[in-house]
Amino acid sequence: MAKITFIQPDGTSQDVEAKPGATVMESAKLNNIPGIEAECGGACACATCHVYVDSAWRDKVGKPEAMEEDMLDFAFDVREESRLSCQIKVTDELDGLIVRVPEKQF
Amino acid sequence: MTMSETHSSQAAPTGTVETDVVIIGAGPCGLFAVFELGLLDIKSHVIDILPKVGGQCSELYPEKPIYDIPGLPIVTGQGLTDRLMEQIQPFEPEFHLNQQVNTLTRLDDGRFSLSTDAGQDFITKVVVVAAGGGSFTPKRPPLPGIEDYEGTSVFYSVRKMEDFRGKDILIVGGGDSALDWVLSLQPIANSLTLVHRRDDFRAAPHSVEQMRQLVSEGKVELKIGQITQLNGDNGQMVSANLKKKDGEEVLEANTMLPFFGLTMKLGPIADWGLNLHENLIPVDTEKFESSEKGIFAIGDINSYPGKLKLILSGFHEAALMSQRVHHYVYPDKKLLFQYTTSSSNLQKKLGVR
Ligand SMILES: Cc1cc2nc3c(=O)[nH]c(=O)nc-3n(C[C@H](O)[C@H](O)[C@H](O)COP(=O)(O)OP(=O)(O)OC[C@H]3O[C@@H](n4cnc5c(N)ncnc54)[C@H](O)[C@@H]3O)c2cc1C
Ligand code: FES
Repeated sequence: MAKITFIQPDGTSQDVEAKPGATVMESAKLNNIPGIEAECGGACACATCHVYVDSAWRDKVGKPEAMEEDMLDFAFDVREESRLSCQIKVTDELDGLIVRVPEKQF
Repeated sequence: MTMSETHSSQAAPTGTVETDVVIIGAGPCGLFAVFELGLLDIKSHVIDILPKVGGQCSELYPEKPIYDIPGLPIVTGQGLTDRLMEQIQPFEPEFHLNQQVNTLTRLDDGRFSLSTDAGQDFITKVVVVAAGGGSFTPKRPPLPGIEDYEGTSVFYSVRKMEDFRGKDILIVGGGDSALDWVLSLQPIANSLTLVHRRDDFRAAPHSVEQMRQLVSEGKVELKIGQITQLNGDNGQMVSANLKKKDGEEVLEANTMLPFFGLTMKLGPIADWGLNLHENLIPVDTEKFESSEKGIFAIGDINSYPGKLKLILSGFHEAALMSQRVHHYVYPDKKLLFQYTTSSSNLQKKLGVR
């Protein structure tokens, strides 16, 4: 299992135990993390699972692929550290990952 | 939505349509309902706010694979839509696209009257609501106070180009809609600025090229960044704040067209007296009829114990719904249960015999 911390816009945070192989979005939904809507269920077709990856983790998490970049056009307040959480696979290396939930998902 | 599609939304109404069934929503479940009704000699008119058929399948995931359609181990969203269109073709459904059903009321004779925002009226014996998650509508950027500017300074579509003549326009987005409107409105705008979050565009390469040409000629300004705030009074925008990689900038403009794709909003269905429960239409599981006799609901829009929002569930619902609709449309005819494999009667309707 890998621990993932979700930090809300108000500063509160939730830790979840995520299963390697699942996505960060799925781990958030399973644990009812507020602010991750994931309307399309992980198909990279809605951009409502947008998160900001903590700067210490950006290299390990990696950059979005072209399809995800395109979909990020539909997100609000996109930053360098923006990712769609349904496109991040949980691995053992990501144990301790910290992501921030944006103010709004559109 | 491409521009040409947006333009065709002004199709002239052709008088009131009188029919047996109106299906609201051309998603997979609405399309398959045409088939099941057609087998029972019931003709359908299908209405959708989108300029194309297929609902979520063709709007949200045309190129992505679906693996749980019985008998089709893998099919894309658009592929399934195309197959359904082929399957229902013998029944010659009539499509009324690019229009939203606004009102639905019961007439004194028990039939229903519907009207769309394009001015098309229908009178029908039965209504099948196959509206999925509601009408596809443009996404509203969550900028504080944007509502106050909508319809005066902020527009999500272009109905009449002339309204934009002489304006200082901001177009926001990087897809085909954004780029198409940059190219069309530039000649009549006083000034035109395209704002996109990155210097990379999803739009068709030749429109991107044309846009870049206009930028190099100084006819269009291209700004890379994101709009964070609108400034103005009484619905009149005077400028917008742009957040860039290296700071902020104020862009002067009196008109903004944001293109951030479409999302599903329940829309007018809420006003039709259907006892909605959490934005869904409660139905029975025998006929999929709502609390109003003669109004049925199938697919993602309905709810009942155990409901799964899957395409295959909607297909099943369409079949059972049709049995009941037959009873309303042909009250004196007895309905025979038949297989398409063996019934010469059904095969004749399908045009295979
Ligand atoms: C990314 C993604 C992947 C999916 N994958 C699968 C899968 O693998 N398997 C599966 O079974 N399902 C899948 N689904 C779900 C599936 O797409 C839906 O269950 C299905 O589209 C529902 O069909 P529908 O016909 O009920 O409604 P929709 O497809 O939602 O279509 C409804 C249509 O009605 C129109 N409409 C609504 N109100 C009005 C109005 N007042 N006037 C005019 N038009 C109106 C809308 O514009 C829309 O076009 C997926 C969904 C998404 C988003
Ligand atoms: S869940 Fe829709 S894009 Fe991630």
